[in-house]
Amino acid sequence: MNLWEYVGERWDLIVFETVQHASMVAQCVLIAAVLGVLIGVATYRRPRPSALATAVAGVLFTIPSLAMLGLLIPPLGLGVAPSVTAIVLYALLPIIRNTVVGLRGVDPLLVDAARGLGMSRGRSLTRVELPLAWPVILTGIRVATQLAMGIGAVAAYVSGPGLGEQIFSGLARLGGANAVNATLTGTLGVAILALLFDGFFVLLGRFTTPGGRLGGARA
Amino acid sequence: MPDRPTGGVPIELRKVTKAFPGGGEPAVQELDLDIPAGEIVVLLGPSGCGKTTTMRMINRLIEPTSGDILIGGQNSRDIDPDRLRRHIGYVIQQAGLFPHMTVAANIAQVPKLLGWDRRRIAERVDELLTLVGLEPETYRDTYPRRLSGGQQQRVGVARALAADPPVLLMDEPFGALDPISRERIQDELLRLQDELAKTIVFVTHDVDEALKIGDHIAIMQRPGHVVQYARPAEILTNPASEYVEQFLGGGSSMRLLRLTKVGDIELDEVPYATEDTDTGDLLADIERDGRGYALVLDGMRRPLSWVGPGDLQGRTGPVGVAGDPVTASIGHRMTLQDALETLLNADTDVVPVLGRRQAYTGALSLGTVQSAIAAIKARERERRLRRGEAVR
Repeated sequence: MNLWEYVGERWDLIVFETVQHASMVAQCVLIAAVLGVLIGVATYRRPRPSALATAVAGVLFTIPSLAMLGLLIPPLGLGVAPSVTAIVLYALLPIIRNTVVGLRGVDPLLVDAARGLGMSRGRSLTRVELPLAWPVILTGIRVATQLAMGIGAVAAYVSGPGLGEQIFSGLARLGGANAVNATLTGTLGVAILALLFDGFFVLLGRFTTPGGRLGGARA
Repeated sequence: MPDRPTGGVPIELRKVTKAFPGGGEPAVQELDLDIPAGEIVVLLGPSGCGKTTTMRMINRLIEPTSGDILIGGQNSRDIDPDRLRRHIGYVIQQAGLFPHMTVAANIAQVPKLLGWDRRRIAERVDELLTLVGLEPETYRDTYPRRLSGGQQQRVGVARALAADPPVLLMDEPFGALDPISRERIQDELLRLQDELAKTIVFVTHDVDEALKIGDHIAIMQRPGHVVQYARPAEILTNPASEYVEQFLGGGSSMRLLRLTKVGDIELDEVPYATEDTDTGDLLADIERDGRGYALVLDGMRRPLSWVGPGDLQGRTGPVGVAGDPVTASIGHRMTLQDALETLLNADTDVVPVLGRRQAYTGALSLGTVQSAIAAIKARERERRLRRGEAVR
């Protein structure tokens, strides 16, 4: 049986797993984006807390994903909970870091102008600083999404949902029938999803940066 | 929108001090300054003299450590800082326009904060763009980065004026512009100020800009105090200290030339006549005057030609076309410096001065300019004596 026959025979299952994978990644990135941006916003003005937040996220980042998932089994059990937790934790680092970098990169002159016109701290943040830092933050979210794609596949190790199931079941019976087909299907599925998501971010970036400016940089 | 723009209100600084935490010497020390309503007051000094700090305390971007600032009689401490700033226009270096907003959105920021409705904001934006000399149709929906530095700063000024505040703070607004754009936007600011009569606090380290723009100039010295607060002519003719003299950097007579308009000095008078004057009468005038020439004007009093007795001898009837055509003239709004330039390049020693509608109002020669400068210096000296040197 070649790859095409394999895919054709299990089409419904593969589509289901792909949708699950996409939905898991999207939701995890969304959670991570909200958390990450909030943490970034809360800490970017003060060097110490922002260094702490980045360091903690950095340490989490260095834990191998299999180990992380394994460590999450005792408190959270198997299935969706440990998968989502792990993906969110990994996705935090690029988002927090880019939020801090992006907000710090906003020209202080513009913040001064915003305050001088009579905008409150909050309004200056939402109307001026975040929109200007947005391209950098968006890049962070994009990197986080790519990460989440990969980690999401590994999540099958703790019985998480998604295309990882194909990969792991294939790897488990390596040498057996359809082992390579299953692994390939899972891997290719993840790769295609990653490309689709990336394309989405390119479009999102284009539609959410008016005036086609670059990273809040001044002309 | 009120039909008439709101005029300025006075600003009073009372023993204002600012000490930054861990900054050693206070950046501003017990500063007293009365800024009259509707005038441009320039805070002038080298970097680090506290001029920007002083200005930023007025809209409370920096909170004074002690002392009071009264704006239109109201203590700024009693007003919520965000609300206070919405009623004080703020123009900064390089305009500080928000790059992610269109020109219109940039200008609309303060009216939005004040909760104006859409239609009123849109009307106001167009009105302001026209006011600062930008065609609304062309510029309303463009992004700031498509504008030149000078245009960006015009939008910056429009944004500051959006809610028609009585007070305008300008922090080295034209510092980053090339000399030509800077001159032009300075002229435009003065033209606007003629119309609007706001109270403007203008920070700069450029002496020539200060002399040109300021009704009054406060020269500041590190750390944070005012060493002289006076009108430009007085600062030039009577610097309060060696520091002021050094900061001005000499050339005060040349600067007086730049400061003074031709229309403001006493002009020379030469005999003149219109084309239809009788030649005999004009000859008699020339003889009485003793300088040996006269100016012929057309029916609208515009200069046509210089005539001498030689051109008129033996002729009768109206003067008509005679003598050498007038090639150089000086406008009454020109500075004495530009006038001097024209004089030095002219074929004649005397050049006619044109007032409104190009009509002859007098004449200028090198001697006239010289005595005008002497007169200004004498006048300033006298003014000082009258006040008994109270300022120093």
